[in-house]
Amino acid sequence: MNYLVGAFKPPCNIFISFTDGRSRKQVPLKKENGKTVMVALFQSQENIVGEVVIEPIHGKKVEHNGVKIELLGQIELYFDRGNFYDFTSLVRELDVPGELYERKTYPFEFSTVEMPYESYNGVNVRLRYILKVTISRNYVSNIVEYQDFVVRNYTPPPSINNSIKMEVGIEDCLHIEFEYSKSKYHLKDVVIGKIYFLLVRIKLKNMELEIRRRESTGSGPNTYVETETLAKFELMDGTPVRGESIPIRLFLSPYELTPTYRNINNKFSVKYYLNLVLVDEEDRRYFKQQEITMYRNLEAS
Amino acid sequence: MLNGTEDEEKWLAEGIAGIQHNAFYMHRALDSNNLREALKYSAQMLSELRTSKLSPHKYYELYMRAFDELKRLELFFKDDSKHGVSVVDLYELVQHAGNILPRLYLLCTVGSIYIKSKEAPAKEVLKDLVEMCRGVQHPIRGLFLRSYLAQISRDKLPDIGSEYEGDADTVMDAVDFVLQNFTEMNKLWVRMQHQGPGGVREKREKERSELQDLVGKNLHVLSQIEGVDLEMYKETVLPRVLEQVVNCKDDLAQYYLMDCIIQVFPDEYHLQTLETLLGACPQLQPTVDVKTVLSRLMDRLSNYAASSADVLPEFLQVEAFSKLSNAIGKVIEAQLDMPAVGAITLYVSLLTFTLRVHPDRLDHVDQVLGACVKKLSNIPKLEDSRAMKQVVALLSAPLEKYNDIVTALTLSNYPRVMDHLDIGTNKLMAMVIIQSIMKNNSCISTADKVEVLFELIKGLIKDIDGADVDELDEEDFKEEQNSVARLIHMLYNDEPEEMLKIICIVRKHTMVGGPKRLPFTVSSLVFSALRAANGCDIEHVAYEFFTQAFLLYEEEIADSKAQVTAIHLIIGTLQRMNVFGVENRDTLTHKATGYSARLLKKADQCRAVYACSHLFWVDDQDGIKDGERVLLCLKRALRIANAAQQMANVARGSGGPVSLFVEILNKYIYFFEKGNKQITSSAIQGLIELINTEMQSDSTNPDSVADAFLASTLRYIQFQKQKGGVMGEKFESIKL
Repeated sequence: MNYLVGAFKPPCNIFISFTDGRSRKQVPLKKENGKTVMVALFQSQENIVGEVVIEPIHGKKVEHNGVKIELLGQIELYFDRGNFYDFTSLVRELDVPGELYERKTYPFEFSTVEMPYESYNGVNVRLRYILKVTISRNYVSNIVEYQDFVVRNYTPPPSINNSIKMEVGIEDCLHIEFEYSKSKYHLKDVVIGKIYFLLVRIKLKNMELEIRRRESTGSGPNTYVETETLAKFELMDGTPVRGESIPIRLFLSPYELTPTYRNINNKFSVKYYLNLVLVDEEDRRYFKQQEITMYRNLEAS
Repeated sequence: MLNGTEDEEKWLAEGIAGIQHNAFYMHRALDSNNLREALKYSAQMLSELRTSKLSPHKYYELYMRAFDELKRLELFFKDDSKHGVSVVDLYELVQHAGNILPRLYLLCTVGSIYIKSKEAPAKEVLKDLVEMCRGVQHPIRGLFLRSYLAQISRDKLPDIGSEYEGDADTVMDAVDFVLQNFTEMNKLWVRMQHQGPGGVREKREKERSELQDLVGKNLHVLSQIEGVDLEMYKETVLPRVLEQVVNCKDDLAQYYLMDCIIQVFPDEYHLQTLETLLGACPQLQPTVDVKTVLSRLMDRLSNYAASSADVLPEFLQVEAFSKLSNAIGKVIEAQLDMPAVGAITLYVSLLTFTLRVHPDRLDHVDQVLGACVKKLSNIPKLEDSRAMKQVVALLSAPLEKYNDIVTALTLSNYPRVMDHLDIGTNKLMAMVIIQSIMKNNSCISTADKVEVLFELIKGLIKDIDGADVDELDEEDFKEEQNSVARLIHMLYNDEPEEMLKIICIVRKHTMVGGPKRLPFTVSSLVFSALRAANGCDIEHVAYEFFTQAFLLYEEEIADSKAQVTAIHLIIGTLQRMNVFGVENRDTLTHKATGYSARLLKKADQCRAVYACSHLFWVDDQDGIKDGERVLLCLKRALRIANAAQQMANVARGSGGPVSLFVEILNKYIYFFEKGNKQITSSAIQGLIELINTEMQSDSTNPDSVADAFLASTLRYIQFQKQKGGVMGEKFESIKL
């Protein structure tokens, strides 16, 4: 808020608060300046109700052309700096043009707001929801105040959740079969599985399971893809022989995962992969990547 | 790898330093109840165990350091008031560690607390732990990890009577768990051979044997589980252990584990599962030392049988002998290139077994010997000295057991085994047989047995073709032949007819002995014949023998020393003869006394004459007891002693041997005690005084031997005086 107070001392303070702010769940949100603040958590279809308090600084009169509050859902692509795409924009007029002399409270309500996308803070893209209060003025710049909030949407457990089972290998060299019990995981889920060694003619050193996040932004020739490895989890130490089976049990909760986002507003996608990596004694890496679908599950969060 | 050991020391030191460093921070975290930090530093600490640079020996050192630290961590985990996390959550939390080895050590540590908390059935946790440990496929690291698992779980198995036994948890789960851990550990251990550290095979095998007890420990744990009763052992434990043993196809492991099975499980289990256990033997790798395995098994069973007579019926019931015998047969058959010593060792063990278990079954003994003969007959002549030793052990075993050669003589295969010995060993064995007879005073009383016996000891009786005569040791030879001579005395039967047969057989055998042996053996044969004659009241035959003996003495024995020996033999024999009538006896004793007095040296004369005194006093119930003539002999001996004394004075100016007098004194005392009225206490008194005078005379050379002899004689008199009773009274009048 400091920068708003900055150069021209605004003639008033604006406070935005939610009616159920005390009881509502707060989650951390990383701001542009790197600081983490706790903000209210919502989900789609909720009523967003609260009030705006405008408090002129002692005795100053604020002339305005009207006060409004907007609920904005924005996608910000970093390579396209400055360009916000508002996929959601709702406005409530709070006051008609006039003058403010003293502290005034404006209740507001956005009912059953459609917020299909979740807040997301990625490498190249950010999706955020904000409440924006604007006091429009003539001749001088408008007074604006923002309040971030986070949206998370829960999905019921998928009705079909097949295991991932696959046989891969290098001819006459290495033949493995692996199995992950599910293809869809909630964020606190556990990846259970097994790796069977059907043929081992190379001297393996170890084996890991990686969780990779692939964020693609833009479209067409302007597609940017960022892949991050969020987890490196050692599954096996040493050289297995034919017939061995190695268990997999990877708890997902320690990692900062999000649900899988597919083509969000035609702007970006976030996908998750399990990458099985086998390393041989000469540090050659053999891997097989499998996409998994992440979802947010109400019970588990 | 020039500085292999040096480098290793360095790596170990680095590892230890790493553990200490992280343990320090871990302790700090524990002290401040900071779970997150504790997990972080303990995982880092355990990461030191991820090294591949250390030999098993050094790795063990590192492991022990970590192990001690884990005990502290466990105490912290156990106390949830310190960290506020339930054990279930803790069990998940430790699994967030990225590296598998630290993760699994922590998981095992928490797992043990989890079982203790009883918040989950023990079997579930155990199953999970043993399953998750599969992730470590590196042999050394895996073995130590699983050994840690075995260590922390051993007091938490859902055994019968254990607090962890429940409706859901049965002893079967405990067994399953240990068996699985065992199987996995063995696989890792075997794999070390092919992919472990170290280059050369020997080094690897050495390193592997350093780790064998980690694997064997599981079997030990199994044997300690209360609930593993015979039934379960038979149905589950043994088959599954053996399955692993056979399937691992590794000679080192197979040998060690078979031995381990035999050593850790109770004897009665072995007995009841012999078939299964033995059935695995032929399936082992050809390089496995099966014979030692089987020998050890039989040794154990033998000891078990010896421990109590109550268990013997079990042995019969399961037909232990025939099973073992079959198994041995199969092993020997299968392992064609097994050296002879191996096969014979097996037979020795089997023999020991049957001797302990079925001492009454001579047929078993003979069967074993027969099998051995069969094996030996494929080898023309045993060259291997170790094999030879085993054959000797094989042949000695029945002798020791029965303490009776007579039993051994009924074994038809016994001589056939002996045929396979080389000449030296054959003789040695013959000596063992003779010594056994002597030691036990066994009398061989039938002609048949004598015949067999001579077959056995023929190596001593005659020259065997191919024997290198030059190599014979003179003393050994004497010793051998003296033994044969002594043996002849043990061949005896009261029945004249049988005895005659025996004598004939002995004669038949000894006569082929050649000029070197005859001098030793013939006299025995003669005496044996004399005794027979004596026993049969064939006076004229006996007389004829004596006549011949005296003739031989007169005509053939010119050497004075030989004469002394001969005359003593004659006196001794004659004293024993009771077959003679008065007339013949008189003639013979007279002759003997005469020869005695005519020996060359005075001292010899004296000794022979006082020996003759015994001819008139046979201390049997109806033996001759002619006190007067005894006294005459002794007086004559005294005279000769005196003469000897004087001769010595004249010749050398010094006294002769006083010891002769002391010897005569001893004879006096003997007869005095035996109740010879002619020998009086005053006579003894006089003799003592005489000796004392002689001793003190200036001309006598001090003779310590004689002094000691006299002193002990006097002590004996003193002793008899003090003893009281009839004997005490008798000696009362003798003043010392």
